[in-house]
Amino acid sequence: MAELIAKPVFAGQGPLEKAGLTLEPLPSGPIWLVALYPGAAARAAKLLKPLGLSFPEPGRCSSADDLRLIWAGRDQAFLLGAAPPEGLTDTAALTDQSGGWAGLSLSGPGVEAALTRLVPLDLRLREFPPGRAARSLLNQIPALILREDETRFAIRVPRSMARSAWADCALALERLEARAER
Amino acid sequence: MRLTCPLCGPRDRREYSCLGAEDYLNRPGAGAAPEAWDAYLHLRDNPAGRARDLWYHEGGCREWLLVTRSTVTHEVFAVELVAGRSGAAE
Ligand SMILES: [Zn+2]
Repeated sequence: MAELIAKPVFAGQGPLEKAGLTLEPLPSGPIWLVALYPGAAARAAKLLKPLGLSFPEPGRCSSADDLRLIWAGRDQAFLLGAAPPEGLTDTAALTDQSGGWAGLSLSGPGVEAALTRLVPLDLRLREFPPGRAARSLLNQIPALILREDETRFAIRVPRSMARSAWADCALALERLEARAER
Repeated sequence: MRLTCPLCGPRDRREYSCLGAEDYLNRPGAGAAPEAWDAYLHLRDNPAGRARDLWYHEGGCREWLLVTRSTVTHEVFAVELVAGRSGAAE
């Protein structure tokens, strides 16, 4: 198969720092959709265990080092950071979506204040602690939102909407900063 | 308006789109009479009160949901997954 030249989503885009928060592109990496076949949950669990992962409950993420298995829907999850383990093809439909997504990182103290302007979810720490994930909207863009730790969110959006997502986040930071200056 | 998706939890109306009446779940068999198809496609109740509608959780888990709500008070009585209901395709 022809190897096409991969172009980075946010070519030349550096981090943006405003309102004490940092918006930056996430490095692109493997993203696979894992859609379990009916009745295959137990077999999949066995194959995921050596990686340190378990199939996540709705709204959760299972993590091991750089691997993330993020709940994506009924019996579905996104595997980030590696190709699915050998043998998983028998238990789940696997789709390589690596080229279809773009990732943003938004971080800093009080990061919720920026994201709350864009996402219709309660993202406060007590409602949305590290390891929580959601498929929701970033403005009008379908987004996969993961709280990595107390001050950092990883946001993934369809690649075709990456620059709009960046612009929306940048605007949120700008307005937050304007408010702080008053 | 908020709907509590059985999988995702309470979510804003922006995440959903409404298809219409529950009738869409009751597709006539291939050999059904033209009247049955006519009813399936075109004939709808327009209740003041309890209504059962199909909603799609487009901005969330992408599940079809059966929502029972009041068109008078906007109270939402139940939100159920369409998947797994008897007769639903696997
Ligand atoms: Zn949902």
